Amino acid sequence: MTIGIDVAPHGRGTLDWVWLAGVPVAAVVWWIVYGQLIPLSEWVTSLVPVARDSHTGEAIAFFVYDVPKVLLLLTGIVFVTGVLRSWFSPEKTRAILAGRREIWGYPLAALLGVLTPFCSCSSVPLFIGFVSAGIPLGVTFSFLIAGPMVGPVGLGLLYGLVGWEVATLYLVFGFTIATIAGWILGRMNLERFLQDWVRELNAGPTAELPEERLTLADRVRVGLEQVREIVGKVWIWVLVGIGIGAAIHGYVPETVMLRIMGGDAWWSVPAAVVVGIPMYTNAAGVIPIVEALLGKGAALGTTLAFMMSVIALSLPEMIILKQVLKLRLIAIFVAVVSAGILATGFLFNAIL
Amino acid sequence: MKIVKVYGPGCKRCETTEAMVKNAAAKLGIEVGVEKITDARSIAMAGVMSTPGISVDGRLVHAGGLPDATRLEGWLSA
Repeated sequence: MTIGIDVAPHGRGTLDWVWLAGVPVAAVVWWIVYGQLIPLSEWVTSLVPVARDSHTGEAIAFFVYDVPKVLLLLTGIVFVTGVLRSWFSPEKTRAILAGRREIWGYPLAALLGVLTPFCSCSSVPLFIGFVSAGIPLGVTFSFLIAGPMVGPVGLGLLYGLVGWEVATLYLVFGFTIATIAGWILGRMNLERFLQDWVRELNAGPTAELPEERLTLADRVRVGLEQVREIVGKVWIWVLVGIGIGAAIHGYVPETVMLRIMGGDAWWSVPAAVVVGIPMYTNAAGVIPIVEALLGKGAALGTTLAFMMSVIALSLPEMIILKQVLKLRLIAIFVAVVSAGILATGFLFNAIL
Repeated sequence: MKIVKVYGPGCKRCETTEAMVKNAAAKLGIEVGVEKITDARSIAMAGVMSTPGISVDGRLVHAGGLPDATRLEGWLSA
């Protein structure tokens, strides 16, 4: 790797120490506001001329409480993740994974999938960059599955809205699915189902980039930039998700929920997976729905399956990947990941 | 004239990057021809893995995320 041809002087605009001092101040303000959410939301709800224990009152209370809570959590998580991820890049990850054919290449790829910053819009160049550098296809898949599935936003919101138990289960199983699905896909020798032009590319163009040297204040800026970009993009999904969650919380009777998503209805797990695929949203939008579903007595396995399917299997993502993968391979990919999700769903419905 | 290529599938960040390049060039009074490369194959062939990527006169200078304005001016005037 070439180092620092053109390292420009840092510290443009605001002084570095202002950025660094701003972080603890913002954290304290965040903590205080977060602690006041229940009284605050109850007070706002009391302003609405609807009985608090009516269907509408319940729905409004859910909405008014969840919107600031999710937005606060989202901002905090995205900032911390943005700062942590500034130590990683797809280029570095590729260098770490290149040529790893050993069994532990898969969990390593899944771990790096969580830590490496990449947006779904560049998954095609990233895929090609990996495969052309000699990273096995299965390892690349582990990386691509883990990225969205075990993302920090999903985990953090699950922790804040549902509880640490479910968040931990989700982490363990999401990680396991990414690792095992990648390994299975790797064992199937699917290289022949890459689009022809990708296979011909195997010589592997690798551009050398001067490495950027970031100060801690730069990393804080990176984190804030992430907050502005991601929260600015997903807030609408958050509102829609919380709106749906509020409607479920306020209006759907528990008996109906138990019949559709209860543990006794075996078909509810595959149904949840199928319903989840075309749903295009992100973790921030789906977790308020998960919160409401669980609150109404939906089975944990079914709900986890739904959530994993929404986040990990998305139709637009597959359309993007169609540029590099033949339809057969996309179908196999979906089948293997779905199998993992189904197994998780059935397992939890059986043991809980 | 410098030939600047902006690599990206056409997400919002790529458009912002293109605008930043044009602004920086105008500010420095440098004549540039900005070309947008949106086709996945060409992006990959250029060795860009994280978009948007920028090359100046055939040399890749940046990949992944919005470029820093100061550094961008450095690349253009180099």
